[in-house]
Order: sequence, then structure tokens, then C-alpha cells
Amino acid sequence: MSRIAATFAALKAAHRKALIPFITAGDPDPGQTVPLMHALVAGGADIIELGVPFSDPMADGPTIQRASERALKHGVGLRDVLAMTAEFRKTNSATPVVLMGYANPIEAMGWEAFCAAARDAGVDGVLTVDYPPEEAADFAVRCAAAGLDNIYLLAPTTPPARVAAITRQACGFVYYVSLKGVTGAANLDLAEVAERVGMIRAEAGLPVGVGFGIRDAETARQVAAVADAVVIGSRIVQEIEQSTDAARLDNVRLFLAGVRAALDA
Amino acid sequence: MQMHDLPDARGHFGPYGGVFVAETLMAALDELRREYEAARSDPDFQAEFHHELRHYVGRPSPIYHARRWSEKLGGAQIYLKREDLNHTGAHKINNTIGQALLARRMGKKRVIAETGAGQHGVASATVAARYGMECVVYMGAEDIKRQSPNVYRMKLLGATVVGVESGSKTLKDALNEAMRDWVTNVESTFYILGTAAGPHPYPMLVRDFQCVIGEECKAQMNEMLGRQPDAVIACVGGGSNAIGIFHPYIPVEGVRLIGVEAGGEGVASGRHAAPLSAGTPGVLHGFRSYLMQDANGQIIETHSVSAGLDYPGVGPEHSWLKDSGRAEYVAINDDEALRAFHDLCRFEGIIPALESSHALAHAAKIAPTLDKDRILLVNLSGRGDKDINTVARLSGIEL
Ligand SMILES: Cc1ncc(COP(=O)(O)O)c(C=O)c1O
Repeated sequence: MSRIAATFAALKAAHRKALIPFITAGDPDPGQTVPLMHALVAGGADIIELGVPFSDPMADGPTIQRASERALKHGVGLRDVLAMTAEFRKTNSATPVVLMGYANPIEAMGWEAFCAAARDAGVDGVLTVDYPPEEAADFAVRCAAAGLDNIYLLAPTTPPARVAAITRQACGFVYYVSLKGVTGAANLDLAEVAERVGMIRAEAGLPVGVGFGIRDAETARQVAAVADAVVIGSRIVQEIEQSTDAARLDNVRLFLAGVRAALDA
Repeated sequence: MQMHDLPDARGHFGPYGGVFVAETLMAALDELRREYEAARSDPDFQAEFHHELRHYVGRPSPIYHARRWSEKLGGAQIYLKREDLNHTGAHKINNTIGQALLARRMGKKRVIAETGAGQHGVASATVAARYGMECVVYMGAEDIKRQSPNVYRMKLLGATVVGVESGSKTLKDALNEAMRDWVTNVESTFYILGTAAGPHPYPMLVRDFQCVIGEECKAQMNEMLGRQPDAVIACVGGGSNAIGIFHPYIPVEGVRLIGVEAGGEGVASGRHAAPLSAGTPGVLHGFRSYLMQDANGQIIETHSVSAGLDYPGVGPEHSWLKDSGRAEYVAINDDEALRAFHDLCRFEGIIPALESSHALAHAAKIAPTLDKDRILLVNLSGRGDKDINTVARLSGIEL
């Protein structure tokens, strides 16, 4: 069983929901990423989403755009992100790592080379914002051959027939984008999320995670009531951005622990 | 499949093009594709489009023999397709009328656009005023500084101009921001994309709307000279004016198609905007094509004296035409483009856009190597009034 499947199976047995924090690799500088990953686990993360910096993050709001820019100032590329994951794996073999980013860094490395290197680094899944299933069929085959879950997004605008078609091809978990907008937006409609996620869960034989726009423990708790996992990104990146070097690890861990407590309550 | 029948049903030109966008936009692009397919074969839509081109834009634009300049160069005869004479001063309006009519057909009352030089922004603001739509234009903060007359023009036309401070603060960042707006307001908003790039169906529909340029040329050349040109030359930013004049000529044997990219300070310097000449394939802004990128797949900053060519990608059909060998692509540096700009002013009494000056400069480069009975048809994609501040500054003059 893959690390992602094992994680969800264990959570299900314990009647708990998955907490998936997102950080951008290399933000605020490359040396802090692995310690931050460990802090996320200490704060209660079940899976880590590790953002691959990109020069043109079209689906991201200002907070994650700035994180990408900070990482790029240090020249952090996809190979560096894989090296950070390998470093993390030296002391953590349990927590799945999902890379989240855009197509072009993967295109530049080449599908074959990327899949092999990601597997060797201990990556578990790949979520590429601008690889919809229509363009990703061959990429998904290579991911599967390397034991990587290629994770697809569903959106509020995805028509029902397309939800069914995508969930059939999905692996790992299905990521439902909770709002029409970019990461970090503030127009989350909980009732709509509940309805859509209910429909997707009925369709998908896989866990459903919900992300974009979840900014506090209470919202996370409400979303977790209808989903299998909650993803928190911009709010954590904001914590990273606003913390001093000395306080950053503690602040991130404590923020996440607060969300964890709300999910487990 | 014939080369000029592309793209395929999913928007691919060989390995290029496609739909590389976030899931939230997939349904909107699908809707746009269906609506466009219906409009394309709807005689009423086509009739209204051509009526607008004739009565609002002033088409057909003439072809003009640049006789004095050709004589001075001492070789092939240079003919100019006068897109500079269109309403709003460039070819961009052909496309914005087509897309605004589509928006109206789809019941969208709000349009957004990205702009670099401001020409597409002005053309979008113009049609929004013409059809009574709300218009928001995204423009890089750097470009707002470079092209202030066009910023004011857009405001006069009732558009809201939003400065983009992210990334390199130029056209590519304006496109990112327009996409972010669209993803947020996808149900109410029509995105008027300014060039033959972006996710399918944009490269196809922008091309189709711009093909009026090449269709007219074929008829006009036949009428004027009883023959077609030996070469068609156009500047390539995202590639809309070039594909508009090239596409009808793809099946015409004996006509060379030459696209001219912005060589900036020289392709060897790395400071340019010439992805077809010096880039590699990748994915940006929803499609696969040649790009300017580093070894990590990060998009690198472009440099050109002309804001309208300052783009790190290029429309997918051009990548396909390059690989297939049907079109050739060259680069012209800033200084060569400026020389052609001044020459056209002095020898023909026409102030060309700096973008178009790149195509002119390449014509000037090859004309002397060709016989006097050879014909070069250059797409004069726009007029240069918007550029006079830039040119004056480069000449050390403060206006
Ligand atoms: C006059 C003119 N020509 C050419 C271009 C380049 O665009 P494209 O390559 O899409 O024709 C622009 C863009 O702003 C322009 O204003």
C-alpha cells in the first residue's frame, strides 16, 4: 500500500480527518524547509504539500506568489525541492509528501527523469495545477509506473459528468478546490462545499481533500465534517512570512496544533 | 490532416498548444469552444463581424507600395499591408471585435484583457465602449510607465486599468493577473485574450479573426499585380498579426513566410524576446510552445525596445510552423528596428509601430540581396504614435 493510502486507512480506522498543510519549498530560504516540514508533523500534519516555486504561479494569490518569489531569489528549483524531500525522509519515513506546482519545471526536467528522481527522493504524490487529465494521461502513466500518485483537482465549476470521469482516473486522493478563485481568497461558501463534496465522495472511491481559502481552525473543523482532509496553505505561508527566524518553527507548529485540536475535538 | 486544418479537436498543433489550465477554467474554455464553433458557422455572426470590420474598423486596409524606400534599398520591392490605418491604429481591433461579439452572444457583460504596449488594451476598451460592456485591463507596472498615452486612452474609453506589480511587471505578469481575475469571476466574465496564444480555443479563434489580413492580401495582390508575393514578413510577439497574414498563405506554394522576433540587445546577449530563435519548448499560460526559460523551467525576463513584443512565449501554431519548416523565424535587434522606424518616417511619411519596425527591418535587410522584380509583403501591424516618447528618449530628446 502506498504511503498516502496507508495514511488515509489509518485515519479512517481512528475516525480522524487528515490535516494537510502547504508550504513553499525554499521559503523564506532553502535551509528552513526541512525543519519546517518536521515542525508541521509535530503540529499534527498527516500529509505535507510541498510547493515547487514557479516564476508564473497563475493559480496563486499574493501570499503564495510572494513565497515563490522569496524561494526563487535563492534559486530554488525542482531538483532542490527533491533534495529537500530526500533530506526530510532521512528522519521521517511515515508522512507522505505531495509536490504541488506547475507544469513547466516538470517539463524542463523531463517526465521520465522527474518521476524517477521523485520516487528516489521519497515523494508520494504530484499535484500539477496546469496538467488537467486531458493533457496528463501519459504523465499519469509514468507517475504510476514510478509509484507516484498523480493527484487531480476538481473545482466548483466542474460539471457532474466530468467529476465522474476524473474520479475514475484519480489516485491517492481527490483535491476539491473549494472556491472560484486563487489560493488564499476569502470567499468560501461552506454550504456549497458541503453539497459538492458530498456528491464527489459518493462518486469517488478515494478520500476527498478540500483546499483553497481555509484560514482558521473553526472553518477547518466545518470543512472536515464533510470531507476526508483539509488543506491549509496561504494561512501557514503567512505565518512563515510574518515570523522572526527565531520564532518561525514554533509559530507554525502551534498554529497547526490549534487546527489539529479543532479537527480532533 | 492538412497543415492549415490544425488545430485538432483538443487544440493541438502537433506537440504544441493544448489546454494547460487549472480545473476551475476547464468548463469555461469548453463553453467558449462550443460557442465559437457555433458562431464560426453562423452566417449572422460572420455577417455582423464583417460589417463591423468594414464600417467601424475601416477595412479593407490598403496595400501600399513603398516605392521610395524600395528604390533606396536597391533590391526587392516592398509592399506594406496597412493595418496601421485601422481604427485604434493596429491589427488588434480585428480580434477584439470578434471576441466582443462572442462575449455578447454568450451573455457576458464584463470583459477583461491583458496588455503590454497598450494596443490590445485600447482595442478592448474600445469594443467594450462600443458594445456597452464593463472593461478591466491588466497591465504591468513597468509597461504603464513606458506607455502612458495608451493608459490614458483606455481610461477615456471608460476602462479600469489595473497595474500589476508581481514578477517582472510586464506583459506575462499582466496575463497571469488576468487569468486570476478570470478564475475568480469565471461565470460573469469574458476574457479577451490579445494574441494567438493561451489555452485552446484562443490560438484558433484569434487566428481566425486575424485571418482577414491575409485573405485581403491574397485578393489585393492579385488585383494589383496579378501575382502573390515572394515572401510575407511579420513581427512576432505572441504571434497574432503574423498568423493572421501567414495562415491564408500556408497552402500557397512559392510564398516564403518569415516571422521576426525581438532580438533586443542581440540573441547572443541573452537580453531579447525571441523564444523561437533561442528558446526551448515548455508550458506557460495554458499552452505548450517555445519559451524563454532557464534550466529549472523558470520563465526568464525578456528585453525589447517594443513593449508589444516583450513576451517570453509565442503562439503554438508558430512553434508548429517552425518545426515543420513551413515558416522561418529570425530576430531583429532594437537598433535595427529603430533604424527601420526612422527610415519609414523619412522615406514614406509613415510612422510605424516599434513592433512592426522589426518586420520592416528584416525586409530592409534582405531586399538588397534580391532582384528588383521580387516582392516582399510586410505586415505593418500598427502605427507608431504610441511610441514617440520611447523613440524620443532613445534619441536623447525629452518631449
Ligand atoms: C502594432 C503591434 N504589432 C504587433 C504586436 C505584437 O503582437 P502579435 O504578435 O500578437 O501581433 C503588438 C502588440 O501589442 C502591436 O501593438
